[in-house]
Amino acid sequence: MNTQLSFMPEQASSFAADVDALYGFLLLVSGVFTVLIAFLVMFFAIKYRRGSLADRTQGEGHFFLMELAWIIIPLLLTMVMFYWGAVVFFEQTRPPEGAIEINAVGKQWMWKFQHPEGNSEINDLHVPLGQPIKLNMISEDVIHSVYVPAFRVKQDVLPGRYTTMWFKPTKPGKYHLFCAEYCGAKHSEMRGYVYVMEPAEYQQWLAGRNQGLTMADAGQKLFEQLRCNTCHLPEGQQGRGPSLENLYGSKVRLQNGQEVIADDNYIRESILRPASKVVLGYQPIMPTYEGQIGEEGILKLIAEIKSLGKSEPAANGQGANSEPGAGHGAPESNQSQPQDQPRPVEQN
Amino acid sequence: MNSPTITEPRRNYLNAAYSVRSWLLTVDHKRIALLYLLSITFFFLIGGLAAAFVRVELMTPQGDLVESETYNKLFTLHGVMMIFFFLIPAIPATLGNFLVPLMVGARDLAFPKLNLLSWYLFMAAGTLGLYATFAGGVDTGWTFYTPYSSTYSNTYVMATALGAFVAGFSSILTGLNFIVTIHKMRAPGLTWFRLPLFIWSIYAASLIMVLATPVVAVAILCVGMERLLGIGLFDPAKGGDPILFQHLFWFYSHPAVYIMILPAFAVINELIACFSRRRPFGYAFIGFSSFAIAIVGFLVWGHHMFVSGQSVYAGMVFSALSFLVAIPSSIKVFNWTATLYKASVSWQTPMLYALGFIGLFTIGGLTGLFLATLAVDVHVHDTYFVVAHFHYIMVGGTVMAYLGGIHFWWPKMTGRMYPEGWAKLSAILIFVGFNLTFFPQFLLGYWGMPRRYHIYPEEFQVLNVMSTAGASILGIGYLFPITYLIWSLRYGKKAPPNPFGHTGLEWTTPSPPPTENFTRVPIVTEEAYNFLPEDTARKVEEETPVGSTIHS
Repeated sequence: MNTQLSFMPEQASSFAADVDALYGFLLLVSGVFTVLIAFLVMFFAIKYRRGSLADRTQGEGHFFLMELAWIIIPLLLTMVMFYWGAVVFFEQTRPPEGAIEINAVGKQWMWKFQHPEGNSEINDLHVPLGQPIKLNMISEDVIHSVYVPAFRVKQDVLPGRYTTMWFKPTKPGKYHLFCAEYCGAKHSEMRGYVYVMEPAEYQQWLAGRNQGLTMADAGQKLFEQLRCNTCHLPEGQQGRGPSLENLYGSKVRLQNGQEVIADDNYIRESILRPASKVVLGYQPIMPTYEGQIGEEGILKLIAEIKSLGKSEPAANGQGANSEPGAGHGAPESNQSQPQDQPRPVEQN
Repeated sequence: MNSPTITEPRRNYLNAAYSVRSWLLTVDHKRIALLYLLSITFFFLIGGLAAAFVRVELMTPQGDLVESETYNKLFTLHGVMMIFFFLIPAIPATLGNFLVPLMVGARDLAFPKLNLLSWYLFMAAGTLGLYATFAGGVDTGWTFYTPYSSTYSNTYVMATALGAFVAGFSSILTGLNFIVTIHKMRAPGLTWFRLPLFIWSIYAASLIMVLATPVVAVAILCVGMERLLGIGLFDPAKGGDPILFQHLFWFYSHPAVYIMILPAFAVINELIACFSRRRPFGYAFIGFSSFAIAIVGFLVWGHHMFVSGQSVYAGMVFSALSFLVAIPSSIKVFNWTATLYKASVSWQTPMLYALGFIGLFTIGGLTGLFLATLAVDVHVHDTYFVVAHFHYIMVGGTVMAYLGGIHFWWPKMTGRMYPEGWAKLSAILIFVGFNLTFFPQFLLGYWGMPRRYHIYPEEFQVLNVMSTAGASILGIGYLFPITYLIWSLRYGKKAPPNPFGHTGLEWTTPSPPPTENFTRVPIVTEEAYNFLPEDTARKVEEETPVGSTIHS
C-alpha cells in the first residue's frame, strides 16, 4: 500500500489534501533552509579549516544588509505560513449548515457515539461518505481528544463543556480513531475505527441496528420521566419555568440583565446548575439534576429541546417573530397548571 | 602571592580543602558548580534509564515488557527528571555558575550563600522527586494536566509536583544571582558591549527564570489545593475549569524551553568564536536576539492549546506570535554560519558539538514552524511529531551545547585535558545516534501515532524499532564522556590556562582557578573576541602563557 512506503496517513477527508499541501510547502521551505545552512556550515568549516591556504582577506561586506535580509525573508515566509494555516484552520472550526450531528462521549477508556437516529456504538464510528459530519463532544471524567489521522482532524474533549469538530469523509474505508490526550492507565487502548460507508450502505447499517427511538424521542421520554414537563410547558401556557419551544439558538435574557445564547453548553448548565443562570421573570426554583442524569442523558434532552424548534441566533435588536416556527414533535403535554408567573421577556 | 605557572598552581579552588564539610558548606561558585554537575548527572542517568525502558517497550506494538500503569510512570519519570532536574539547571547551574563570575572578572556571584541555598533547594526537590518514584511513581506526564492530576490520578502526584515547586525556587535564586552579578560586579572597563555573548544569553535566560517560574509555582499550588483540600479550581465537577491549568502551566513551561535553549546559545556563541578564531558576525544582533526570544517567548504559550477548545481567534493570535520566535532564532543561526566565513576553523571536540548543534537546532527550529501553523498542528499535535520536535531542541540543542561546553571548559574546571580521540568519537556517535532515534519520530507523528502510547497499531512498528536502535547508539554515546571525563581527572594531560587560545577573562587565570578567581582585579581594555592574527597568537601563547593582561 502507498501509505506503507510514504509513511503518510491516507487522505480520507476534505481537509486531508489541504493540510498535506500546506505540509508540503513547509517541508519545501524547511528543506531548502536546512540544506542551505548545512551546506554553508560544512563548506566554510572545511574550506577555512585551520592551516588551509584559503584566502581570508576580509572584504568590505554588506553587514547590515545581510542582517536585514535574514530578518525580512524569514518574516515574509512565516507570515505566508501563518495565513495559509489560519485559513485552513478557520474552515476546520466552522461546521457547515446541515451537517449530520453525532454525539460523542469520552470516558476512561472508551468512546461512546450516538447517532441522531438513535443508534449508539462504542469505540467505532460509522459515517456516510461525502456528507459533512459534526461531532458534538463531551467527557465524563478527564480530558480526552478525538483524533482521526486519515481525516487530519483532532479536537480535545473536555469535561463540563461541549466541543465540536467536523469533517467530510471522501474515501470509503476503515481508519484509526485515537484518543490523543493522555488520560490515564489505558490511554493507548482508548481507540477504535471510523468506518466510512457509501450513503446507502450507511442507511442500511442504521436501519439494521436501530433500537427504535431517535435521539429526540429518547430525549422526550426522559423529559417526561424526569418530570421536566410539569414546569416547562408548551408555548402560550404559563409554566413555573420558561417554555422550551424555539429556545435552541435563541437569545435568553437573564435575571442579572445578561443576555446569553441558548446553545448546548447553556442548556447543559441549566440542567445541572439551574441557579447559575436564571431566566428573567422566573424564580430560581428548579432543582439540580446533577447525579440524576449522565452526559448521554443530557445529550438526549438537548436533542429533544432542539426538536422543539430551532431558532437562528437572533440578530441584534430584531424581534422574536423572525424565528422559524416550531417544527415538529411539540409535546402534547396537557398536565399544565397555569401559573401567574409573568412570561419571560424575550426581547428588549 | 603565588606566581602562576603552567605546571600545577600551588593552590586552587579544588585543593584548597578536602573535607566533606568544605564541599557541603562551600560558598565558592566553582565548587557549587561541581556539586550541581554531579547532581544533574545523577538525575540525567535516572531519566536516561527510564527512557531506555520506554524505548525497549516500544520495540513491539503489544506492550509486553511492562504494564500500562508502569509505562506511564516511566515516561513521566523520564520527563520530570530530564526537564526539571537536568535540562533546566544543566547549563546555568553548572557552566553558568562556574563561568559568570570568571567571565565578568568577579571573585564570586553576588550572593554566594544564596547560591549554596539554591543547590540545597535543588537537592531537596530532587529527593522529593526520587521519593515519589520509589514510593510508587507518578503517572500524570510531566505536564500534570488537570483534572487527571488534580482528581483522578491515584499516584504520587503531590510529592512530584512539590519537587518541581521547590526546584523552581532554586531556579529563581540562580537567575536572581546572575542578574545582580552581571549588573553590579563587572570588572572595571567591562562594559555591556564588551561582555562575552555567553553573558548576554545567560542574562536573558535569568530574566525568564525570575519572571516565569513563580507562575508554575502558582499552578502547582492550585493543583494541591484541589487535590488535598477539594477546592474546585480545575475540575468542572467541582465548578473549576480544566483549561485554566493549561494556561498557567504553559505560561511557565513554554518560556522554560527558552530557559533551556538560551544558555545553549550562550555556550555555542563561545565555541563558534573560539574555534573559528573570529569575533561572532553581528555581535549586537546575536546579543539582542536573545532578549527578543525571552520577551516574545512570554507571549506564545497558547500554541500548546490550539485543539484544547480555546477560542479560534486566540489560536490565531498565538500562531502569529509564535512565528515571530523564528526571526531571532534565524538571526542567530545565520550569524553563526557567517562567522565561519573566512575563519580559521579548528575541528576540535567542542566545535564538533557546536556544528552538530547548528544542524540539529535548525531542524528543531524549522519543525517548530510546522507546529505554529494552525492547520498542520491540528494534525500533529500530541503525536510523535511533537516528541521529535522538542527532542531536537532540548537534546539536539541543549544537550549538544551542554556537552560541547563541558568539554570546552573541562580543562578550566578540573585542570585536566579530556582525551581528544575518544571525545571526537563520542561526539560523532551521539550525533548519529540522536538522528537515528528522533528523525523516525517525525515520520511516525505525521503518520498519526499519538504520543504517550504504550500499545500501538502494528504499522508503526518499523519506525519504532529504528528509533530504539538509534537510542541504543545514543545511550552508548552518552556513556563514553562520563567514563573518559572521570578517567581524565587522574590521567588526563595537565591543562594550560588557555588550552584553546580563546579570549575572555576566564582564560587569563590558571586552570583550575584559585578560590578567589583572580589574584588581582582584572581591568578590561578591549572588545570581546579580539583575536590576534593567527601566527601572532600562537607566538604570544608560547611566550607568555598565563594571565598576561592580569599580571602585567
